[in-house]
Order: sequence, then C-alpha cells, then structure tokens
Amino acid sequence: MTEPTPASPQAIEALRDEGPEAPPRSQWADVWRQFLRHKGAVLGGGFLIFVTLAVLFGPYIWTLDPQQLDIRNKDVRPIYTVLWNGDATVSWAHPFGTDNLGRDQLAQMIAGGRASLAVGWAAMVLSVLIGTAIGVAAGFFRRLDGPLMRLTDLFLSLPILPLLLVAVTLFRQPLRANFGPEGGMFILIVTVIAITSWMPTARIVRGDVLALKEREFVLAARSIGTTSWKIILRHLLPNVLSPIMVSATLGLATAIITESALSFLGVGFPSDFPTWGKMLADAVPRMVDFPERVMLPGIAISLTVLSVNYLGDGLRDALDPRIRGR
Amino acid sequence: MLTYTIRRLILSIPTLLLISFVIFMLLQLAPGDPMAQVPLTVPPEVKEQMRQALGLGEPPLVQYGKWLWQVFVLEPQVFIDWLTRDTMLFGWLPDTNLYAGELRVISWQTRSPVMDIVIQRLPQTLWVVGLAYVVGILISLPIGIYSAYRQYSVFDQAGTFVTMIGFSIPPFFTGPLLIVIFSVQLGWFPSIYDTTHVVNDWDSFVFQLQQMIMPVMVLALQTTAQFSRYMRASMLDNLRQDYVRTARAKGLTEAVVVNIHVLRNSMIPVVTVIALGVPAIFGGAIITENVFKVNGIGQLLITALFANDLPMVMTLTFIFAFLIVMFNLIADVLYGVLDPRIRYD
Repeated sequence: MTEPTPASPQAIEALRDEGPEAPPRSQWADVWRQFLRHKGAVLGGGFLIFVTLAVLFGPYIWTLDPQQLDIRNKDVRPIYTVLWNGDATVSWAHPFGTDNLGRDQLAQMIAGGRASLAVGWAAMVLSVLIGTAIGVAAGFFRRLDGPLMRLTDLFLSLPILPLLLVAVTLFRQPLRANFGPEGGMFILIVTVIAITSWMPTARIVRGDVLALKEREFVLAARSIGTTSWKIILRHLLPNVLSPIMVSATLGLATAIITESALSFLGVGFPSDFPTWGKMLADAVPRMVDFPERVMLPGIAISLTVLSVNYLGDGLRDALDPRIRGR
Repeated sequence: MLTYTIRRLILSIPTLLLISFVIFMLLQLAPGDPMAQVPLTVPPEVKEQMRQALGLGEPPLVQYGKWLWQVFVLEPQVFIDWLTRDTMLFGWLPDTNLYAGELRVISWQTRSPVMDIVIQRLPQTLWVVGLAYVVGILISLPIGIYSAYRQYSVFDQAGTFVTMIGFSIPPFFTGPLLIVIFSVQLGWFPSIYDTTHVVNDWDSFVFQLQQMIMPVMVLALQTTAQFSRYMRASMLDNLRQDYVRTARAKGLTEAVVVNIHVLRNSMIPVVTVIALGVPAIFGGAIITENVFKVNGIGQLLITALFANDLPMVMTLTFIFAFLIVMFNLIADVLYGVLDPRIRYD
C-alpha cells in the first residue's frame, strides 16, 4: 500500500464534518414531540389529568359531604337551568343541584369519580401486571409457552360480562364481611375486572418477546453470563414498554366502563356509596323530570373514556417508530 | 381444510368442558344458599329434604356430572323429539320419542326446565341483537371504505371522531339518552319493548319496527364504531400495496380497483373480526335489554342471578361460552377459506 498523496487544503476543508445540525435527541424526546402533534391525544391526556386531580383534590375544595341529607333543599336544579327556565329552583350553594334526598350533586360527582377512577386505575395496573408477567413468561420460556397460551385462549373464550355478574353477586357477602362494604366491593370489582382483562396484553407482549429474544443483543447479554431474570428486566421489558403502555390505556377505558356497567346493573358498590355508574342508574327512573342527573354522570363517564381512548391513539402513534419519523 | 375444521371441532369439546367446569366450580364456591329464603320456622330435616329435592345432596362432582348428562344428552333428545313432532321442517319424519321423562335441568325459580325458558326468551334477543349486528355492518363497511379511500379528508376526520364517540359512550348512557329524546320529548318510539306484541298486519308491523329502532340503534352504534375502524385500517393497508398500482397501471377504473381488488382483500381480516364480535354483542345485549326492558336471555340472566337460581345461571353462562367458542371456530375457519395463503397443516 502506497502512502496516500496529501490532498489539497480545500478538499480537506470540504470533507470536514460540519457537526450535527441539531443537538442529538433522545428517543423519549422524539416520542414526546410526536405525541404533541396529535391534538386529540394532548387534549385527552390533559382532560384525564384534570379529572384525576379534580377527584383527588376536589373534596378539599368543595367540602360538602356527599352523603349529607338535606331534605329541605331536595330536587334543586343545576345552576345553568336558569338559562332557559326562569322558574327553576336553583342555588349557588349547589351548582350541580341536589338529588331527591337533597344530597349535593357536585360533591357526589367528585366522590363518584373518585370511586370510578380508582377502580379504573387499580384494575388497569393489576391487569397489565398479570398480562405482562404471563406474556413475558410465555414468550421467554419455551416450556411455559404452550400451557400459558392455552390458558389465555381459555380465558378469552369465557363470557366476560355474565361471569363478572356471577362473580360479583356471589362473592359480595364474604368480602363485605371481611373488608367492610366499600373495601370489600373495591377489592372484588378490581380483582374480577383484572382477571378477565389481562389477555390482550399477554398476547401482545408474548409476540414481541418472541421476536426480541432472537435478536443479537439478547444473545450478547446471554454470552456474558447474564441471568434470564436480568435479561428480562434489563433488555426485554424496556423494549416491550410501548405496546404495554398502549394496552394499558385501552385497559383503563374498559375498566371504567365495566365498573359503571356493573353499578348500572345494580351489582356494584353499596347503595350509599356513589359512583358515576350508580348515579346514572339511580337517576334513570326520574330522568324525565331531572334529565341532568343522567346527563352529568353519563357525560363524565363518556368524556373520561373518550379522552383515554384518544390518549391511547396518540400514544400508539408516538411510540411507533415507523410513524414517528414522518 | 376439512381435517382442520374437524380437528378444531374436536378440540373445542375439551375447551367447553373445561369452561363449564370452571363456571360450575365458581358457582359451587359461591356462599349463596338457595334455602336462604325459606322461613326459619321450617324444621332442619324438612330443609334437608328440600335440599335433596333441588339436587343438592350429592357431592359437587356428581352434581356436575349430572348437569353434563342433562345438558348434553337429555336436552338434545328433547330438542330432536320436538323437531320431529311439532315442526314443519322435520315433522314428516316419524316421531322419535328419544326422551323418556328423565329429570331435566330445572330452574329453581319457576320449577320448569331451564331450556324451555331459554327457548322462549331467545327469539327476542336474537331479533334485537341480530338486527343490530346487520345494521351495524351495513353502516360501518361503507364508512370504513370511504374514509380509507379519502384518508385525512373531512369525512375521514368526522368518521374517526364519531367512531371514537361510539367506542366511548357506554350503552347504558346512550339508551336513557335516546329514551329521553325520542320517547319522552318527541314521542316517536315507545320506551319499553313489548315482547307480547304479535305482528299480524301492517300497523302492528310498524309498531314492531318502532319499538325495535332504539335498542337496535344503541347496539349498532357499538358495532359500527368497531367495524368501521377495522375496515378503514385494513383498506389503508391494502391501498398501499403494489398490486393496486399494477391494477391502476393496467387502466382499470377506480371503481373496479377499489371495490373489487382492494375491497376483497381487505375484507379478509374484517370478516373474522365480524365473526369474533358476535359473542361480545350478546354481552352488550345484557345492558341494552335491561335499559329497554326487553325480556331476552340477558335479562333472564340478571333476574336469575338476583334470585340465586344457580341452574339457570350455570346454563345461561354456558350458552354464552358456547357461542364464543363456536364463533371463534367459525372465525378461524373463515380466515383459512378466505385467505388461501394461510394453510393450516
């Protein structure tokens, strides 16, 4: 090999890198930028945060007790009814009105949202944990794959809503006796929803883990003596995070709707414990005279679920590297 | 293909057995006592006899075996007898007389065979649910096709928004909402579904249509939202394929390219989704039946649950499970039939 002839100074100048045009961006900064471009997702996420904060800190701002009966002030209409009906009984003391026992609707909405969202979040977290554990185990350990996937198929062919109804009606009494009426129902509903909704997460995670564990970086990790447990924690789980996040949002929406449906059918929380679904169900018999008592909880459920769905849509776009580049 | 179908059919039997066992054991674990409503003045030995009469004296596994025998052997016998005795289709066959009066699955509420009640209630559910499904498919497919063809157009954006709303608004909210608007304010439709209504002339037919519109629409909104999204995604996948460019390059008209080349290929996943969605809509029908007071099998399940009528609950839940397993199988087989690239070997 001969010595390369020294190039002219201009050529070397032209070849020199100018340096990157923009400072390097991390993956999560990219995800965040793409997420911000999805207006619906941003609005949805904002609304979800707003609702969560409202039900968390609402009781400290609006300090009326949702259970307090005030029979003299029963059937007060919401304040906005004055706009089209001047004769309606309204009061600034009860901006959302009161129900037929004089309980303040705004306080009930806050307490109901607390219950609905708490069930939703808890059931979602539990179902994602179960789904991820089963999916990773099935994808990573070949011996477990067959039995676990058969189990998933079995759960997928269970009739969910009938079984939920059966489980909740039948196991209500012992759990109430052990954990109190509200705590028992909370545990029961969260567990039952989680047990019947982990299957999609498990399937998605298993598929991704199956593909990932054949990749070179897993082989490299294994060749330096990394244990299976460390490989899963360090190399596989971060890579399946995005499908898990997307299915978690969908799970949150399903859990909120399922809890409301159970309350609506009359098998949810005890009768003096407001949730959005129960408020809606209780208001249906008198909805001709007081449509707002159906509308307010109904709109709250629908808007929350809608915002969660939009959030999931935006997350899916943001976390998908094929879409993100564009 | 045939061997695959047969193998799947045979494989579905243990699945169903396992599911029925799970449901049965769940009900066994339940603390509810069917004797709870019996007055306390009834002496314990009489109570024990009543328990025996309900079939509760045996150990659970024997009870389960008896239930299996009753559902899988006796009920088909009764059904075949009924077919050859009372129906037009098979009435010309000699009466089979397979069923010789053994004990069938008896409801604790009504003391009559569970299957008879289910058969009475099934037509209402099937009419509402089936019609809702057909309406949902008929609305959703054109929406999905057009919004994929004009991606990001105003129609597509509006369609996506409407389907998102359809996803998000639960049927127990849309139901009361429609009742307030259409039966209370406008007075167009009755708010309660009258199942005793007999259609025998034009006026009664119109009434039947009127009372079916709202429950069908509530259920159809859910299916429409789901299917139009699937249809749109599937069409989008196919519209970007090379064969579409080839078809256009050959000079085929746009209608032929979209409606024949792309549509047929995009229908493959959608058809299986449609088959898989059938059991889910039966679940949704439980709520809709409750809202509109349709006395179908969903409402039957709820009343049976509140009345602690375990044989009825067990049989109904199993029917739901049976529907799911069967439609899963149909979806799998359809997928293989429609898509020759998929070979089940």
